Amino acid sequence: MSTELTAGLAPVEPESRARRAARAKRWAGFALIAPALAVVALFFVLPLALSAVGAFRAADGGFTLAHFAKAVDLYSKDIGFTIAIVALSTLLIALVAIAIAGYLTLGENPRAVALLRWLYRWPLFIPFVVAGQVMRTFLAKNGLLNHVLIGSGIIEPLSAQSMLDWRGIVVAFVWKQAPFVTLLLAGAMASLDRTHVEAARNLGAPRWRVLFGIVLPQVRGTLLVGLVLSFVTMLSVLSVPLMINPNSPTMMTVDVAYRISTLADYAVANALCLLSLLLAAMGAAFYLRHAVRKAEGA
Amino acid sequence: MTATYARSAPLRQMPGALVRAALLALLAFLIFGPLLNLVLWAFAEKWYFPSKLPLEYGFTFWQRVFAPRGNALGSLGTSVWIALLTVVFSLAVAIPAGYALARLRLPWRGAILLAFLLPQAVPNLPVYVNIAQVFYQIGLAGTITGVVLVHASHGLVLAVWIASAAFAAVDGSLEEAARNMGASPWTCFRTVTLPLAAPGLMASAIFVFLESLDEFTGTYFVGVPDVTTLPLLMFNASMGGNYQIASITALLLLVPSIGFMLVVERFLKSDVLAMVGR
Repeated sequence: MSTELTAGLAPVEPESRARRAARAKRWAGFALIAPALAVVALFFVLPLALSAVGAFRAADGGFTLAHFAKAVDLYSKDIGFTIAIVALSTLLIALVAIAIAGYLTLGENPRAVALLRWLYRWPLFIPFVVAGQVMRTFLAKNGLLNHVLIGSGIIEPLSAQSMLDWRGIVVAFVWKQAPFVTLLLAGAMASLDRTHVEAARNLGAPRWRVLFGIVLPQVRGTLLVGLVLSFVTMLSVLSVPLMINPNSPTMMTVDVAYRISTLADYAVANALCLLSLLLAAMGAAFYLRHAVRKAEGA
Repeated sequence: MTATYARSAPLRQMPGALVRAALLALLAFLIFGPLLNLVLWAFAEKWYFPSKLPLEYGFTFWQRVFAPRGNALGSLGTSVWIALLTVVFSLAVAIPAGYALARLRLPWRGAILLAFLLPQAVPNLPVYVNIAQVFYQIGLAGTITGVVLVHASHGLVLAVWIASAAFAAVDGSLEEAARNMGASPWTCFRTVTLPLAAPGLMASAIFVFLESLDEFTGTYFVGVPDVTTLPLLMFNASMGGNYQIASITALLLLVPSIGFMLVVERFLKSDVLAMVGR
């Protein structure tokens, strides 16, 4: 705009100067970003590419699918187990996050809202490896959960059982990741324009209808980002399955660690890694489709 | 009609209040129960199967953890040192990048933002496995530098995204006013933009610090055999069946995590949070 104006007043020289300034600014921008991009390229993209190469390279250097065949042959059960655990955890995380963030936004008892806001975030920054240890004690046969269930008469002492199997992994994942998604979701809900909510409430709409009809559609993007990030994070957590459920069937990360630490078999490990990348790509595609739709709508 | 309604309202709300209290209590148990169990283990001297609570409490294991020749203090030092180096390195590259993404109109801005998301949006295991192999060949395996580089590439998305959101949340008209009064771009950045974005940058620094402090998988592959951080020490103790040592180490790791959780919103205001990823 300003370029056109100055161009009209003084045809040749100022126009090229403005353009040069714009170009200089763009180069400055790239120069500012370059170091950060280089770090990601060198220490992330490059090893990722090596993983892809390693998964397809035969011992003689040629192309092969044998590593994938072996990975699927040995670990098809674990692949299914991984998908089921991560999908179930993501679903539960979504439900918990929507319920808590929804109450934080629409709750009418200020004391309950304040208490909940204080309460839900405790596991937010607790590392997975600690969450694994915490659940190892809590969900064990002799853990606090069983003692409370027995003490309150919900189960018989004899039927107390250890939950350190797939259930333990799901509990640890949801315990650790739900606060993260809730934090994002509640933040997005808090910055919404409240007039629609108030209008609907004044017209007598119950809170669950306001939540699912008005609030949630507006923060769907944030929810999806949080869930996709959680989904992918859980796919590559090694410590929790290793600590809670290391025996077969277990998660693919445990198999990868075993192939490397014990057998130094990088080929099959890389094939397993690529399969988990494929799973993550499905999650990312989910997000990108949403992002593209949003960009088209804007 | 109205009178009946007014009188019955509190009565009708009674079950609702009870349900609400019960749900909050259940949530409190689910959140604090596991933590309480961990604390019990940290102070248990003896705890066998049928007994509900530890048979004896004491500090014997604490003495063992903090003994001068115990390796917990050494691991703690290693962890904190790695985390500090990771923060310095990440912010040094993230602040310019975040500023450029927020303020300069860059082509492919969305793609660049997504590129930084890669390390969080892609399972990390293949990266750790292969970078460990590369580092082994160039002599970075088992070194602090190697671990810092791995932590930084993973923490960078938080650093860049939050820094970019923090800069974007700064009111542009303030910068314009400074520039109109004759401040150079650098002076304007140093005296106006940077101080206003400081809380957000602080938040990103703390995020990166915590993420590095808590990182397990990358260190597990890249750090072996010489770099033992606190999470690795905890893992080894737990897998070795020593629940007391594992629980005490876990408590040490919990302190910064919970401390930050309690103050996070002081640094990360909702206006910045709303700009994350935009």
